[in-house]
Amino acid sequence: MIRIALKMLVGDRPKYIGMILGVMFSSFVITQQSSIFTGIMTRTFGFINDSPLPDVWVMDPKVQYIDDIKPLQDTQLLRVRGVDGVEWATPLYKGLLKARLSNGVFQNCNVIGLDDASLVGGPGNMIKGKLEDLRRADGVIVDIVGAQGRLAKILPDGSRQTLDIGDTLELNDRRAIVVGIASISRTFQSQPVIYTTYSRAMNFAPRERKLLSFVLVKAKPGVAISDLARNIQSQTGLKAVTAEEFKHMTVMYFLKYTGIPINFGIGVLLGFLVGTAIVGQIFHNFTLDNLRYFGALKAMGASNGTLLRMIIVQAIVVGLIGYGIGVGAASMFYHVSKKSELAFRMPAELLIVSATAVTVICVIAAIFSIRKVFKLEPAIVFKS
Amino acid sequence: MTTGVPSNIAVHCAGVTKTYTTETTTVPALRGIDIDVKFGELLMLVGPSGCGKTTLISVIAGILDHDSGECLVFNRDLKHMPDKDRTKFRGENIGFVFQAYNLIHTLTAQENVAIPLLIRGVVFDEALKKAAEVLQRVGLGERLTSLPSELSGGQQQRVAIARALVHEPKLIVCDEPTAALDHDTGQKIMGLFREVAIGENRALIIVTHDSRIFPFADRIAKLDDGKIIAVATAKEFLNGNQHL
Ligand SMILES: Nc1ncnc2c1ncn2[C@@H]1O[C@H](COP(=O)(O)OP(=O)(O)O)[C@@H](O)[C@H]1O
Ligand SMILES: [Mg+2]
Repeated sequence: MIRIALKMLVGDRPKYIGMILGVMFSSFVITQQSSIFTGIMTRTFGFINDSPLPDVWVMDPKVQYIDDIKPLQDTQLLRVRGVDGVEWATPLYKGLLKARLSNGVFQNCNVIGLDDASLVGGPGNMIKGKLEDLRRADGVIVDIVGAQGRLAKILPDGSRQTLDIGDTLELNDRRAIVVGIASISRTFQSQPVIYTTYSRAMNFAPRERKLLSFVLVKAKPGVAISDLARNIQSQTGLKAVTAEEFKHMTVMYFLKYTGIPINFGIGVLLGFLVGTAIVGQIFHNFTLDNLRYFGALKAMGASNGTLLRMIIVQAIVVGLIGYGIGVGAASMFYHVSKKSELAFRMPAELLIVSATAVTVICVIAAIFSIRKVFKLEPAIVFKS
Repeated sequence: MTTGVPSNIAVHCAGVTKTYTTETTTVPALRGIDIDVKFGELLMLVGPSGCGKTTLISVIAGILDHDSGECLVFNRDLKHMPDKDRTKFRGENIGFVFQAYNLIHTLTAQENVAIPLLIRGVVFDEALKKAAEVLQRVGLGERLTSLPSELSGGQQQRVAIARALVHEPKLIVCDEPTAALDHDTGQKIMGLFREVAIGENRALIIVTHDSRIFPFADRIAKLDDGKIIAVATAKEFLNGNQHL
């Protein structure tokens, strides 16, 4: 009877294609919307992602997310280094500083100061130059988006020229020479990102008592990261979290305190609801159209189990084909949008969730429609 | 089980009642039906629209539960059978012909006819082979792969008859099989029924209000307002006993 079920489905070409298109559209909306949402949320912790080396991030107890800088005293670095199980601990400066461009315009920049010796926390993906070039006098590395955009040189004729190695900037009245261009993850902060050494960042930054933003810690081999974080916290009174926890903290902060995720969340929810409604409606209609046949089949001795199997096979076939094309379209969208500012992320988990959602929707819609057949009313069977 | 039913009786109804209850009304559709259908005969249930014909064959075919009275099919009480067993019983013992044919429009004639066999678990190719044989018998040996939409009404009803016969059921029920056909085609279909469907071990119940096909019956039971008001042979019925 499975073969009959498939023929019933495929034989009705216009309806079959219509159903596939419906599921396709829904899958596309669901996947596309939630991918953008995932992408947006990933952006919030892009900086943490770009620094894969440290196991534990240490910060002021009041810090709530990655861009929430509450500086520590430099002496905290030594206290962290004194905790058992710490392989190494390095300072990190992160702060907004004004850069003066060659044409005299000021531009706010996100300046990252890396430990002079190890350069831990530096960008992994260098487009031009090397991370080690930071050791050269006045050296800074600029992110490519900033270099092409807001930090680009304005030539006398008014045209823009990408900032390149050897070009200079002024940070807080001090000269900085570009020694490298890096590609980094986009974050919620739209300012250009400038990498330099910790000590140079101290020079660039306005004189303040505290300038240490984070202490980055690597655990000794064999030491459990979460245990180490707990130890640092109890011994220093600072907040110490694993990289994963820090990402989570950051996402949760944005979820709780900004409207962006809510707005996008509504998009995802709408995609889901609209998708569900369309798929459900389509399947409901298909089964209702065939109710007469299912009624006749049941009269002729087909068991509820057989009918259910037939309908579920139909639902799954339409669901999977439609889903496949829909997600394919979403991936195309992804491909096209890759180079744009759009946040778009489509991890495997998301695909599994949306595939399951679409299949479940199809099956539930179909079962919902067939309850009538299970009751087997003569009105259906002997309908004229 | 009741043992009083003679072995030549396929269907035995005694005092069968059925009342439909909706939110607004109660309709007594059957008010005490007594009738026996014998093996080897073609019984017609006739009467005006709304008199309860469809309700009665639904009860007999195990699609609807009656309220009171006794209805035995091959000496089995379908009302008190679990739904699953009853469905299986229908699949094995009963063939259906519907007024609207109910052929699945995306399947070929041959595939449609094969369905009762497929439901019973016969493998696809074998079911198709048997279906082809039966289609041959109803004169559609050349149209095996036609879709219902490519066939005339009469041809579609022949496919439906083939489908009702293919698993060799002991009881065939038909609801208004000629209602959608013109006179000549209706006559031909009834001729075909007598030719291929009647058998020693089979009973046929045909519901109709089309008096032009009455001569094809062995016996005719006339219903009115939920009761059988007369039972007679077709000859008696047609020999001027119209008051029946
Ligand atoms: N599902 C139902 N609910 C309520 N009343 C019904 C239902 N089915 C049939 N009836 C009523 O029962 C009576 C008998 O119907 P039916 O058996 O279909 O008659 P026939 O087939 O002789 O035209 C009619 O009055 C009809 O309106
Ligand atoms: Mg009727």
